This record gives sequence, structure tokens and C-alpha cells, in this order.
Amino acid sequence: MTIQFKQETFRDDFTFSNSPEAIRRFPFPFDKDEYMYAVNIEQHMPGPVKSPFEFPIDIDEHYVSEMRDRALVLKEDPLRCQSLPHMITAEWDLLELLMESMAKNYPEHFTLTRDGDRWHWINRPLGIDQAFTFGDVSTLPQPPMEYVTRQCQGDFALLDQRLDNLWMDAGMITTQADWSLDFDIGMNFMEWHAPVPLAHDMGIFERALKFLLNLQQGRPVRRLNWTMTVNPRLDTSPENYHKWGADRTTVTPENVGDKVHLRVELQALWRLPRSNAIVFSIRAYMIKMNELVTIPKWGRRLHRVLRDLKPELADYKGLTRYRADTVAYLAKHDDGAPTSPGFFPDPE
Amino acid sequence: MLAATIKSRPIYEGLRLDGRAKRHLVAAEGEGALAVLDMLAGEDAALARATLLYAPGGSAGQEHGAKLAALRPDGFHPLPTQPTLLNRLEVILQTATMGTRIYVAGTEGFIGKVVALAQAHGVDPQSVRTEHRGSLARRVQCVHCKGMTENVTASPFVCSHCGLNLFVRDHYSRRLGAFQGVCVDAEVPGEIPPAEELFR
Ligand code: HEM
Repeated sequence: MTIQFKQETFRDDFTFSNSPEAIRRFPFPFDKDEYMYAVNIEQHMPGPVKSPFEFPIDIDEHYVSEMRDRALVLKEDPLRCQSLPHMITAEWDLLELLMESMAKNYPEHFTLTRDGDRWHWINRPLGIDQAFTFGDVSTLPQPPMEYVTRQCQGDFALLDQRLDNLWMDAGMITTQADWSLDFDIGMNFMEWHAPVPLAHDMGIFERALKFLLNLQQGRPVRRLNWTMTVNPRLDTSPENYHKWGADRTTVTPENVGDKVHLRVELQALWRLPRSNAIVFSIRAYMIKMNELVTIPKWGRRLHRVLRDLKPELADYKGLTRYRADTVAYLAKHDDGAPTSPGFFPDPE
Repeated sequence: MLAATIKSRPIYEGLRLDGRAKRHLVAAEGEGALAVLDMLAGEDAALARATLLYAPGGSAGQEHGAKLAALRPDGFHPLPTQPTLLNRLEVILQTATMGTRIYVAGTEGFIGKVVALAQAHGVDPQSVRTEHRGSLARRVQCVHCKGMTENVTASPFVCSHCGLNLFVRDHYSRRLGAFQGVCVDAEVPGEIPPAEELFR
């Protein structure tokens, strides 16, 4: 299965769009017509063929362009990639996890050969051929986390486990929904979640943390989170908010279908073997409103979810300025028919 | 006392003498001197093993320093400003021995800086005993230019480095010893709500 990688941009002229196949495989996050925070964690089991859950690490048509966007972000702001000194073993663990998974599931694009500590990595889409010694930082052009995550879609945080808590002590964060690694690095699970409304009082973080502290090697888990983004901009960081914030005022009834995107994060967690750290991957998928409504069930359902969303959540997610225009657009695609349970499109 | 409604903000439990410590290393600023006096007055055994650092800050002219000196601790370092106090503390931390307990009292920004400095020297931040005294002013890092602005009493305020109008978000980094400042008029430039004095 060879992926046709698109040439597109996530800034300036915003040429990003989804192919019809990418629309059908979009990880739509609502399994019913309403949304509220919950401890929505499930086993990260292989899902349906061609879905984003088919393989542990999903590579898709946006891969090459997303990696170019990441390189641009890092050039402007190196603080998006940081690692505290005690995380180096976890960095190597992460490199192994990503290379193994990519090479196993996309052999046309990636090859990994291992001979003891002597590894050889080939990344054909990005034109990289690298021999190195596993565990020897001096044999790679960048430290291992940075090296491998410049070649893998999704943001990554590495969490150290100690004192019955998880500590965000390393990460590569260039496609975030408005939070800062530079500010949050070194915080624990409760601290970095501090700004989230309602969920603390619902006991969600307490239960989620307890679950994660017992995460077993070889039994990864996943969850979906979502927000919305005006223009297909991957780098919606707080660092650059003064540059992209004004996008939120540009939505009109005429352009909403093209400008407003549902942004879904497929978040997966693995226990790592050598370091006992946890890796948290945050893979962002975006879909324009006029792409989304090509799946009738999704148009109906997103209309109802967005219309009835609690104001605290709408504010926190930054939707307030363009919510009404988006709901009005979606209303035209909601005939009031009942929706089937579950995430997936109805058979045609 | 500061309310602990912000989950990323530390709780300042108040100074309490650690009877088992071999050394007491005490840093205070401004009104923090009063917390140190409350903890150490009459504790002669502890004072014989204590090093005190003090910068008068906003309490200059109130003779707090003289009262601390009168405790006659083993070591007393009156310093003119916070930065000079932190320099001195750094030197002391470099040679601090096992069994040293660290205490800090004063404004939140000062506590944050001392705890971050101690952490950089391998001290678990949770082990530092802290007490908030004096103004509620906040130390704020601009998330855009990363510059720190000291003694922020109102939100929004102007970043002292890049000049953006920032609101103070309820999010605190222990590593930086600072709250997060975020551009308040990013969406509609020039639409700036009136400043409110929230942190006096
Ligand atoms: C352990 C790895 C995790 C990391 C590194 C992480 C990180 C974050 C961060 C940085 C934020 C943004 C906070 C801000 O506004 O500054 C966030 C939001 C959130 N997190 Fe997590 N998180 C993790 C796991 C989880 C889990 C297991 C749950 C399960 C319930 C969860 C639930 C949430 C929710 C509900 C939000 C608010 C999202 C929204 O409304 O858009 N997180 N997380």
C-alpha cells in the first residue's frame, strides 16, 4: 500500500485539504449527539483496515507536508522541543517504538535493520538514510527524540513516573491546541491540566491518572480529544497566538465551510521498556466543514454537539466567536433524522 | 493566605521548624521577615545552626532586618535586593550539606525564584518550607517573548519586554516560578478590557 503524499501548506496560503479517502477515514470523535468530558480511555487495539487505528502509528497523505511544517516551527522556536537530562533513556525507547512501528507497517516507505546496537534506518519519503549506534547520541544528527519525531506525524510528550504521579519532562510539541511545552515542562499530571474547566471537579483527572500509573508494557491505550481551528493551521501554539488569534474573527457565513475545521487529536499512551516512562502521542487530524458534511451522519451529529455544547467548554476551546456561524452552517445539513450509535459513517 | 484554586499553583503551608534538620537555611524578603521571627524567636538551638538571608524589598524602613539580626543566628546576610540575595543563596547552596532544610518567606514571586534555584541544586521543591507574606503581586512570564515581568498587580498589563498587552492566566509554573501571560487583544487588536487591580 503506497501512500500518495500531498504537497500542501498549513500556514500562509493554507492549501491543506483531505482526499475523499482521507475524509472517510477521519477519526470522527462523537459516538452520540452530545459531548461532555469523560475518562474516555480504551485499549489501543488494531482497528479496521485503512482507519487511523489500523496501526499503532498512523502515517497518512499529509506526512511529508506536516514534517516540513514541523521543521519550520522548530527553526523559528527551538523551545518547542525540550528534554530534561534524565529523559535520555526514554528518548531512545521512543525512537525504537516509532521506527519499529513505521518500518513494520509501512515497509514501502520505511526500513529498519538492526544488528545488535548497529541500526540502519531508511526513510524514503523524506530521503533519509542513516546508520547509527543505538544508545550513542553522537551517532545521530540530533538527540534521539528530536531525530525521530522530526520524521513522525504527531506531537509527543515523554512522562517520567515517580512519587505516584506523571511528570512531563520531555516533548516535541509543534502542532498543539494552544498549550505551551516550555511553560508546562516539569509539571505533573494535575498541574499541567490545571486550566481545564469542570473536569477536575468531575474527578476525571484523578481517575485517569490512577489508570495510567498502572499502564502495562505491550498494552497501549488511546483516547480522542477535539477542538476547532480556523484555517488548517497546525501551529496553534500560545507562543504564536498573537499572530493567529485574529483568524477567529475572519469567519463569515460565506466562508465557514472552507475556513472552520474540526480538529481531532488521536492520543495514545505506551509504557516504555527501558525507562519505565510513558510516551503520550497527540496526532492531530483536521477536516473542513464542507468536507465533513459529505458524510451525512457527521454533519447532523456535529450540528447537535456544537449547538448544545456547554459554554465553559466552548470558551476553553476558543470557539465562542465563530460558533454561531458554524452551527448555522451545519443546521443546513441536519434534517433532524436520527443518527446511528458509534463513530463510523453509515454504509452507503 | 492565598486561595489554592489554581491546581498548578503550589500551596504555601507556612513556616514550621524542622526539629531534625542539621542546618536551617532561611531566605526572606520584605514582610517575610515576620514569618521568620514567628518561627525562630526563642529557638536558640535552631538559631545556632541557622543561616538567614534577608532583602527588605517593599518593607525597607520598617526595621525588620534589625529584628532578624537581633535573633543572632549563626549566619546573617542582609542584602540590598532580591538578585543579590539570590546570588548569595546560590553560593551557599553550592556547599550546602545533607540535612539542610530550606525555608523561604515573602511574596509569591520571591518564593518561586528561591524554590526554582533550590531545585536547580537538586533539592525537591516539595521539601522547601514556604510562607507567603506581603503583597499579592505576581511574577508573570510572557508566553510570546518569554520575558519575565515582576510585581504584576493588575490584569491586563503591558509586557515589560515586548510591549504586548497580556492577561494573567490562572496557570503557574514551578520551574519558572511564574504565572503565564497571554496576549489579551490577539483576536481583535486594540480591544483591551480595562485593567483590574487583582493582585495587591
Ligand atoms: C498523560 C498524558 C497527557 C498529557 C501530556 C496531557 C496534556 C494535556 C494538556 C497540555 C492539555 C491542555 C491544558 C491547557 O489548557 O493548558 C490537556 C487538556 C485536556 N486533557 Fe490531557 N493530557 C494527558 C492525558 C489525559 C488523559 C488520560 C485524559 C483523560 C480524561 C485527559 C483529559 C484532558 C481533557 C479533558 C483536556 C481538555 C481538552 C479540551 O477541552 O480541549 N488528558 N491535556
